[in-house]
Amino acid sequence: MLLPFFEWCEATMLGRTIRESLWMFPILESIHLVGLCILGGALLVVDLRLLGVGLKDSTIAELDRQARPWLLLAVAVLLSTGVLLFLSEAIKCYYNTAFWVKITTLPFAILFTLAIKERFARTAVYTSAYSRWVGTVDLLLWFVVAAGGRWIGFS
Amino acid sequence: MIRSFLEWLGTTPWSVGLLESLWVWPLLESTHVLSITLFVGTAMMMDLRLMGATFGGVRASDFTSRLLPWTRGGFVVMVVTGLLVFYSNPVRYYNNVFFRVKILLMVIAGLNVWLFHSGIHKRIAEWDHEASPPRAVRLAGAVSIVAWMLIVISGRLIAYNWFDCELQPQPGWVNWASGCVLAAE
Repeated sequence: MLLPFFEWCEATMLGRTIRESLWMFPILESIHLVGLCILGGALLVVDLRLLGVGLKDSTIAELDRQARPWLLLAVAVLLSTGVLLFLSEAIKCYYNTAFWVKITTLPFAILFTLAIKERFARTAVYTSAYSRWVGTVDLLLWFVVAAGGRWIGFS
Repeated sequence: MIRSFLEWLGTTPWSVGLLESLWVWPLLESTHVLSITLFVGTAMMMDLRLMGATFGGVRASDFTSRLLPWTRGGFVVMVVTGLLVFYSNPVRYYNNVFFRVKILLMVIAGLNVWLFHSGIHKRIAEWDHEASPPRAVRLAGAVSIVAWMLIVISGRLIAYNWFDCELQPQPGWVNWASGCVLAAE
């Protein structure tokens, strides 16, 4: 049912241009990875604090406030490069289990981070049972997204 | 001499086994990438703090003490998995120009850490609370963040070696930079 949409993606001008270029895909992929590192840093600083480790001398809210712009920057870089990478190999993705694992987890990860974690961390001060739960779920969701993403290239 | 050692290394059973493995190699590579996210990610946050770009309300020493065990843990896993990936195909990486650029950048990043620690870091008590630390500190942070971004990029490009020794002809300087051993014509 979705296949025609994936075929359409692959046939777009952007998709074709990237696919036919020798260096565009690798460069986009590299930038995607740099974005992943920034995302990792911005998530970890806050999530580790939610778990009660790492930068324990600061409040959760303080770390969250400072990390948020970098988190949003990383998500913007990852989404824009990710869409371009996808367009260039949409049909391969359609038949790729790792892609489906990643792409179905991604909306949950984004929603969880922006709606549940950010809302809580904005005003949270100390570690609690709830903060530990939020930090764990956030890290797990993004772990699946990142690991699934890496695995697209292996299958 | 390095090359003949690496040629021998590549024929050892574990090296061949790694390269041909269906699961171990991808798992190694994935662990490498995820540990990079941990190491480079937390290191970048530390660099941004040193640059005075963010986390102004958090003491710099919090990053170099409380966050550091995590950064260090990521570093260890990253280096071990990286060495194993190298071990799976030593000559191929040795003659890969992106791998060489990556190593060079890692040396620069390492020197930067050493200079930072033997210099301005000794007086951290003086600038620990400053949202915008002294110029030398900001410079160390900037060198680190740029170096690690380029290391990640060159690392990713290793897999797309456009300058592979087996893809001849290449310009002379490319073969020189990759250390290609060309068959006599």
